Amino acid sequence: MGNFPAELKYTKEHEWIKIEGKLATVGITEYAAEQLGDVVLVELPAMDAEITKGDAFGVVESVKSVSDIFAPISGHVREVNDALPETPALVNDDPYGEGWLVRIESSDATDFDELMSAKEYESYLSEEA
Amino acid sequence: MNLKQTPLHEEHVKLKARMVPFGGWDMPVQYTGVLAEHAAVRERAGLFDVSHMGEFLVTGKGAAAFLNQLTVNDVTKMADGRCQYNVMCDDTGGAVDDIIVMRESADRYLVVVNASNIDKDFSWLASHKPEDVSLTNESDAWALLAVQGPQSSKLIAQMMGQDFNDLRYYHFKKLTWQGCDVILSRTGYTGEDGFEIFVPARAAAKAWQAFLTAGATPAGLAARDTLRLEAAYPLYGHELTSKISPLEAGLGWVVKIDKGDFIGRKVLAKQKQEGLKRRLVGFNMTEAGIAREGAPVFSEAGIAIGFVTSGTHSPTLKLAIGLALIEYGVSGNILIEIRGQKKKAKIVPTPFYKGSAQK
Repeated sequence: MGNFPAELKYTKEHEWIKIEGKLATVGITEYAAEQLGDVVLVELPAMDAEITKGDAFGVVESVKSVSDIFAPISGHVREVNDALPETPALVNDDPYGEGWLVRIESSDATDFDELMSAKEYESYLSEEA
Repeated sequence: MNLKQTPLHEEHVKLKARMVPFGGWDMPVQYTGVLAEHAAVRERAGLFDVSHMGEFLVTGKGAAAFLNQLTVNDVTKMADGRCQYNVMCDDTGGAVDDIIVMRESADRYLVVVNASNIDKDFSWLASHKPEDVSLTNESDAWALLAVQGPQSSKLIAQMMGQDFNDLRYYHFKKLTWQGCDVILSRTGYTGEDGFEIFVPARAAAKAWQAFLTAGATPAGLAARDTLRLEAAYPLYGHELTSKISPLEAGLGWVVKIDKGDFIGRKVLAKQKQEGLKRRLVGFNMTEAGIAREGAPVFSEAGIAIGFVTSGTHSPTLKLAIGLALIEYGVSGNILIEIRGQKKKAKIVPTPFYKGSAQK
């Protein structure tokens, strides 16, 4: 079903999260990118925007469809991937690397406890399919 | 619902295409990716399975008069070997379907209809058919392959063993290929030069493979949609429906009001005489966002004036483009609501992109 790096955490909305202290880098999984097809537009929140876990805070749009990006944790946006407006295809080409979306500074560390491991995400996908 | 499969289904599975339901059919939406497939058609040649389209054979002494009564274009003006883009309307002037009529001879026509409308169109035609006309649904007997792109004539020459440079746009020929009766027409739905070839279902895979061997890139429904939208061709169910007349859809050139009586003529003549209240326009977004089908359209002052019928990202222009049915006479800047926000767009001339198709 694809490649899911073990060092990352995952959500049911098909996002991956890389945790470094209070800072979490967020992107969409390779599975999600493949399902979407060629991504042609990415809308991201403004710097320092406050976001709430579970809320839609951005949009990834492919030729054929639109998907909201849901905040996997609450906190503040500290960095957005400036390369994406020009080169949205990075989300398909390198979903776990150059195709990252935002870095969020967490305001509630317990949010991290609810994320899935790579194994859990993989079994979630096979159940969904 | 059980999805129908084209005679090329196995070929799509072999190529690991992503299959989706479309008009009751299990169809390939993409093979490798819509952007690459789109570019292949614009720059070289793409191969589409369009076997889901329907084919009706209409024969008999009254065939031309019958088709002329059921359609808005003038079938009686056709010569043998000609294809004609045409629309069937109902009494309200709404579109039953957009079709291609192919005249084999004065009393023999092949009518090509949209996949999702096969049953509806057949019943519609059958219910109006006089006794001197015979109507047969040949949809299951034919596979239909489209080769589209600037290099398509080279590929056709390679496959058929002779060139068809003298086959003009919207003309067709009946031929024999590998012992099968086939029909080759210079038609398409991409804005590029191209051919469509009707082959018997049992020879479909052989023809498909011959085109792949000649170097065509398989292309799916997603690319077919972005290509036709760049060319601003209407798609039934979007730009043309039972609620949208061909005049409103910008197909005035197809509607021959003066050819004599036909179904829908009264309403269409009235629309023409009194002037249209709404019309189809092309737009592109001038602010980030892709306006999708159904998105409400507003004037710059914020007054609701219509809705988007199709919208996508144009892979060739790298812009968000679309078609919208809006109040007649509006031009210039408009606003389109995308996920609750009014975004700026402007009305532009169509087609958005002019490909290699001769006209």
